[in-house]
Amino acid sequence: MRIAFGMINHDKGEIRINGLPADLRSPRAAIKAGIGMVHQHFMLVPTMTVAENVELGGTGKYDERQSADRIRQLSDETGLTLDPLARVSSLSLAGQQRLEIIKALARHARILILDEPAAVLAPAESQELFTLIRRLVESGRSVVLITHKLQDAEQYADDVSVLRHGKLVLSQPVSEVTMESLAQSMLGSARMSARPLLQKAATQPRRTSGDPVIRLENVSVERISSPRDLHNIDLDVRAGEIVGIAALDGAAADLLRVIAGRCKPIAGKSTTPEKVGFVPEDRQHDALIGEFSIFENIALKDIGRRKGRMPWSDIRRDADALIKSFDIRAPTTRTTARTLSGGNQQKLVLARELSDNPVALIAENPTWGLDIQAMADIHARLRVAALNGCAVLFYSSDIEELVDLADRVLVIRNGGINEVERVAETIGNALLGSSPSSQIDS
Amino acid sequence: MSELAVLALVGDMLVRATPLILTGLAVAFAFQAGILNIGAEGQLLIGATCSAAITLQFGETLGGSIIIVSLIGGSLAGAGWAAIAAELRARFHVLEVISTIMLNFIALYIVSFLVRGPLQEPTHIYPQTETMPLYARLPTILPGTRLHAGFVLAVLAGVTGWWILQHSAAGFRLRAAGKNSSAARIAGQIDVGRTTRNVFLMSGALAGLAGAVEIHGVTFALYENLSPGYGYTAIAVALLASLNPLLVIVTGLFFGVLEAGANALQRDAGIPSTIASVIEALIILAVLAVESIRNLHAPQPGSPSDTPIADLT
Repeated sequence: MRIAFGMINHDKGEIRINGLPADLRSPRAAIKAGIGMVHQHFMLVPTMTVAENVELGGTGKYDERQSADRIRQLSDETGLTLDPLARVSSLSLAGQQRLEIIKALARHARILILDEPAAVLAPAESQELFTLIRRLVESGRSVVLITHKLQDAEQYADDVSVLRHGKLVLSQPVSEVTMESLAQSMLGSARMSARPLLQKAATQPRRTSGDPVIRLENVSVERISSPRDLHNIDLDVRAGEIVGIAALDGAAADLLRVIAGRCKPIAGKSTTPEKVGFVPEDRQHDALIGEFSIFENIALKDIGRRKGRMPWSDIRRDADALIKSFDIRAPTTRTTARTLSGGNQQKLVLARELSDNPVALIAENPTWGLDIQAMADIHARLRVAALNGCAVLFYSSDIEELVDLADRVLVIRNGGINEVERVAETIGNALLGSSPSSQIDS
Repeated sequence: MSELAVLALVGDMLVRATPLILTGLAVAFAFQAGILNIGAEGQLLIGATCSAAITLQFGETLGGSIIIVSLIGGSLAGAGWAAIAAELRARFHVLEVISTIMLNFIALYIVSFLVRGPLQEPTHIYPQTETMPLYARLPTILPGTRLHAGFVLAVLAGVTGWWILQHSAAGFRLRAAGKNSSAARIAGQIDVGRTTRNVFLMSGALAGLAGAVEIHGVTFALYENLSPGYGYTAIAVALLASLNPLLVIVTGLFFGVLEAGANALQRDAGIPSTIASVIEALIILAVLAVESIRNLHAPQPGSPSDTPIADLT
């Protein structure tokens, strides 16, 4: 898709748009050819207004009123409601996404590429997004939707293509595929036989036992990256238990950092073990140092407390063993972390955090942006960790994942936390309050 | 050129390289930790000033051991000067690029004032301090040249610095904090603020040491044009060495050869010594060009947000 948007140039072959060969050697050329792209990580200037972001890169004079009118007109036409004069930093994620789409449409895009558009949205918000996408399609535009969620593809697409290991393995109208056949083609045939031991361990019944390993009593957490403070949080996680947290807009982020010992609570008593692993949501920003090699990234564990000499040869040996046992695909441990795929990066983070057999593991959206094979892998690892007596607490923006992986589910809403039944609908309703539609941010 | 003259020239080159290596290390360490300390010049001047003041004040009572006291004093003074920028950065998020460059000017004018005021030589004719007594000078290590023991100190500092960066936990913390402070804090549980501050002070100390070594090894007095911009050339020295302390020794020597050689050329052949500056600048441009070409061909990074996109028109 980055080739289609001119960000990377293709090595071989020809690109045709509407049957005519197209020369897409830069994003500029791609936009000229009528292609618009909404990246998974938004490409917006937060300090500028909506209108300014739309006009960014244009030529000539910038006329705020004229541009605002144009955006309003586009909004009316497509149903993408946006205030043209709002500052981007004040928009919700859903709002920023609408802006990205408007931006592409304002440049007369006929073909819209959306990279994992639902990844950052709450369930109700993504529902709304897909309705909007349908409207765009009905107005004669084409949409390419990249998603790792099979349901989304099955529900909203007309045709579906599956890429695996750099090859096109399936390309059919949606009416001719089933969820099973999609999953099969994404995973390939070797999927179940790959690591039977891991699979077996993962399905074994676990025993949760004894006193809680993590215990929060009346804890209050100050807002740093979450949208609001949390107050009077009570929470227990026992050894061998997997507890999931559901929250909107990263409301759990600061709480998890407190539990992982990375921040201090502002009130209350938080009992967490000294030996705790932490898998942050943004692995490239918070967990790994891209320019560092694999073994250096592994050496980051507890480096804050280390003194004296770095025993590099021991560290490299341990790293070698670790990448083997976690099946991290890399030529050597000298490979830099940034060249690894997302799934391998996440496995590296998990391998590091589990390397000293921690008493507890805290994970934030542990499978965010991963394909389903990597996702299954991470899930199996977490289950094995729990089986070995680790208390696992994770946050996920994916309700399916909570239902799948967790033994118990907690929901954060309005600055408080509640345990709910492990059923997708119950969790969804608890997240959005009694009337889900009123919660949709516009 | 006679053999003796060649020997003297080689000595001059190494003498010239000494402050470049020390300040180059100061810059390399700071840059490795993500601190853009371009104030090595000011830290060097303050180090030199303090060192001169200490020697003039206590030289007679302490005798030969004054050199050690004064070198330590000069380093501490450099660190103290850097501490101003470090505190401004830690407390008020003042960009160190701005604060250190401003502090360079302040340091220059402090020297200017002192050599015309409190520290001026007794006759009050020349804008400089009294000349150091012989016992307060660094010993010459190569007879027939001006090469002093400070050069050995610089090389030792380079080797030690390399060991710290590559083989110690503190050095690893420093590099981690410089490459990705967020991951350093969250994954490594590093106190990034403290690490940064310590590195900043150490960087200042190295530059201050360079100043003190100049006083005791080369100039034997404090005056305004003590440094022909060592602290600025240091940035080129460090960048050319890709911030590796061992390579800083090499690039420091290279620039030392270039500058001392240019002076000799001007003296003996009438070729303007500014040629050396032109060559230095060309080298830096070439290094930058090579670097950016290498980046162009680097493998695509994992995240789309890392990918630079051409402006969209």
